[in-house]
This record gives sequence, C-alpha cells and structure tokens, in this order.
Amino acid sequence: MSDRRNHKPETGAFFQRDRDWHAPAFTPGYKTSVLRSPQKALLSLDGTISEITGPVFGHSMLGELDNDLIHNFAKPGESAIGERIIVHGRVLDERGRPVPGALLEFWQANAGGRYRHKKETYLAALDPNFGGCGRTITDDEGYYFFRTIKPGPYPWPNGVNDWRPAHIHFSVFGHGFAQRLITQMYFEGDPMIWKCPIVNTIPDRRAIEQLIAPLDWANTIPMDARAYKFDIVLRGRRSTFFENRPEGN
Amino acid sequence: MVQDLGYLKETASQTAGPYVHIGLTPNFCGIPGVYKSDLGTSMINDKTRGQRITVRGRVIDGAGMALKDALIEIWQADSGGLYNSPAEMRGTADPNFAGWGRCPTSAEDGVFTFETIKPDRVPFKDGRLMAPHITFWIVARGINIGLHTRMYFPDETVANAEDPLLARIEHRHRAETLVAAGAAPSYTFDIHLQGEKETVFLDI
Repeated sequence: MSDRRNHKPETGAFFQRDRDWHAPAFTPGYKTSVLRSPQKALLSLDGTISEITGPVFGHSMLGELDNDLIHNFAKPGESAIGERIIVHGRVLDERGRPVPGALLEFWQANAGGRYRHKKETYLAALDPNFGGCGRTITDDEGYYFFRTIKPGPYPWPNGVNDWRPAHIHFSVFGHGFAQRLITQMYFEGDPMIWKCPIVNTIPDRRAIEQLIAPLDWANTIPMDARAYKFDIVLRGRRSTFFENRPEGN
Repeated sequence: MVQDLGYLKETASQTAGPYVHIGLTPNFCGIPGVYKSDLGTSMINDKTRGQRITVRGRVIDGAGMALKDALIEIWQADSGGLYNSPAEMRGTADPNFAGWGRCPTSAEDGVFTFETIKPDRVPFKDGRLMAPHITFWIVARGINIGLHTRMYFPDETVANAEDPLLARIEHRHRAETLVAAGAAPSYTFDIHLQGEKETVFLDI
C-alpha cells in the first residue's frame, strides 16, 4: 500500500476485450444460454470514465476467517470434511503487471458435490461444517491465497448425464468496472473437464487450459494440505502516451 | 519474425451459474454468519448527498420470463458527477456514497431493487457531457460473460438527446431500451436479454 501511494493511479482505457477468446453468448450445448443470449450485436465503446473507474475495497472489510473455507462455517473446534487444499496465485493484467487490492470472492460445492443453496436438490449430503463461500483481497504484488476443501463433481440437468468437473467459482474486481470478471477454476488432471458443456463454450483450447490450476507440489504443506496455483489475468490498461484533450487527439 | 509484444491473455469468463448467491450474497441464500452482511446491499446513508431514488426492474429471457436467479451490479457517479474510485482524477467523490451496489433478482418474482441517488452528468472522452446514467452488469446461469448496459432517466430528455452513447445507436428505436420508465423518485428498468425488445448491450 505505502508504495502505491507514490504512484499516480493509471487512468488509461482498457485493452479491447478479445471476444473470440471468450465464449460467445449463444452456445446451444449449454442449453440455458439459448434463451438468455442477446441476438443483436453489442455496441462497442472505447471506455469512458464510467467504465475505467470502479469500486475498490479495503482489507479492513475482511474478517479473520474470510479466506478459510475449512473453518468459516464450522462449529468451534470442528472443520469441513474433504481434501484439504490451499489455492493461491496472482492477479495480473494483460501487460503482466500485478493488480493490488483486487477483491476476489469464491464459492463452491462441498466434497460430495453438494451446494448449500435453497434451490439445490442433489442427493449428496450437506456438510454441517461447510458453507462454501470465501473472499480475500490481493496484496501489493497481486498475490492472494485461501484454504478450502476440494469440491466434488456435480451432476446437472443439461444433457441426460452431464456432470460438472470439480470447480471453484471466482468473482474478481480489478481497478475499473470494465475489468469485472466471473470465471471458474478447474483442477489439473480432471478427465471431466473436456466433457463439460460449460467448459466447452470457450472456443480456444488455450483459453480453457488457462482455467486449469496445476498441482503446486512445492507449496504443499506436509501432513496438512496440498496446494494448487491459479493465476488470473484481467484486462490491461493502455499507456497514456498523450493526455486526452477536450478538442480531441 | 518480429518482437513478441509479451502481453498475456485475459482469463476467459465462465457463467456465474445458478448458485452465484453462495459466493456473492451468502446471507440472502441462507448462509448466515460467514459475513456480517452481504456486500453492496446498502449504497446510501443519512449523510449521502443528493436526491434519493429507487430503481427496480427485472431481467427477462427470450421467452418473456423473468430470471429469478440473476445477479445485478450497478456503478454510478455521485450527485456531483464524481466516481468514488482511485481512478477519478477530477475531484473527491461524496465519501458517504460508494457508487456501487449489488442485488440478486428475487426468487419469487424476479425483481431487483436499488435504493440509491440520482447521479449527475459526467464527461465523455471528448469533453462533451453524457446524460445522467447508471452502469449495469448482469450475470446469471446461461450467461457466459457478464452483460454491460446503461440505464438513462426518462425525465432527462434534453440531456439524453445530446448523449454521445445514445447518439451512436443506429436503430433509433433501440435507444429507448436504455431509458427507464417511471418518474422521480421511482424508476423501473426492465432488461430484455433477447428478442424484439432486446436491450442494447455494450462492449466496453
């Protein structure tokens, strides 16, 4: 934080989003997208002040257990059941610069693939000590970490026999509202990744591979928890070579 | 070969799914005690400057049905036309107004509601003033990448007529999809994802 105070905040517009890299809106293999996808072209707009600004959240809003899903819903002295893991990584922009102060929120099913949600009816049991939500804010170098249990795969009514691979949902705030992103993290080696209609909405295999967290053996804590590393890249900011002038440039 | 620019690719978006509330509004969906309150539920307090308004609406799919599992976030300037953001270089925004709010659509009738204030005008890139507006971001099951749009005010006809973004909408009748219904202090903004009344969505 102290270092950042000496720097003028960046205020350039963001790199254009590569919409061939992201999933298109209409992806009939993922059935719900059929009636929920716009059919008309998006109106393109180089970022105005309404999009290059965005809310920023302070570390002071965080509770002590906000990044510990093993304990933040558990009864005192108890913990969630499942494979203990640490997920950590960096939030960077497309220019490779760290994004400090980024709020990350995550949610997931429990070890059996059951979500704690009113609308959820899967027969796998709830874990009384697992809620499934957490949050943290990246440090000055863009680093974050949290502790959780590895979520189980989960069946869903799309095709007759579709199963989601094990995944953790991520929501990310960068420095501008145009960087707002929600995505999902998958686990190295899961054979179900390549069968999933939601994964396969993404047309480019390299873009999918960027969502798969490798097992980080070096950071695994012996007799405690394995580690997975997941870096997140947000849109980069253009350099302001010349200041914008009202008369145009 | 030429030099490599060395840029990274943006992490690809994925749908927020039907259980987005677990992560973003846990108290709303029956996970109490992890956070004191859900983030973004309250945008104003007693000291916030400006005219109080209510904005409510629904997100409607291609079959005319309201989404009961969507999540909406809004971002707007304060009553003096300043954003509460470190990237705001024109002055200091009202410290009692965050400018950002988050609301799930109701599981019963699909309605979202924001208690906020009316924003003032902010400049476009060339210095012209934009009409007062609120930026919307919509995620839900079935939406692969969050949808950006804007809400304008029906009682700002003069400002709307000279708004640079509204002016760029080639099919003029579609500009109306960005203008809320109602009158101060209560506005309704329905978002149509698909079809004849489809809202104009932005690539920003």
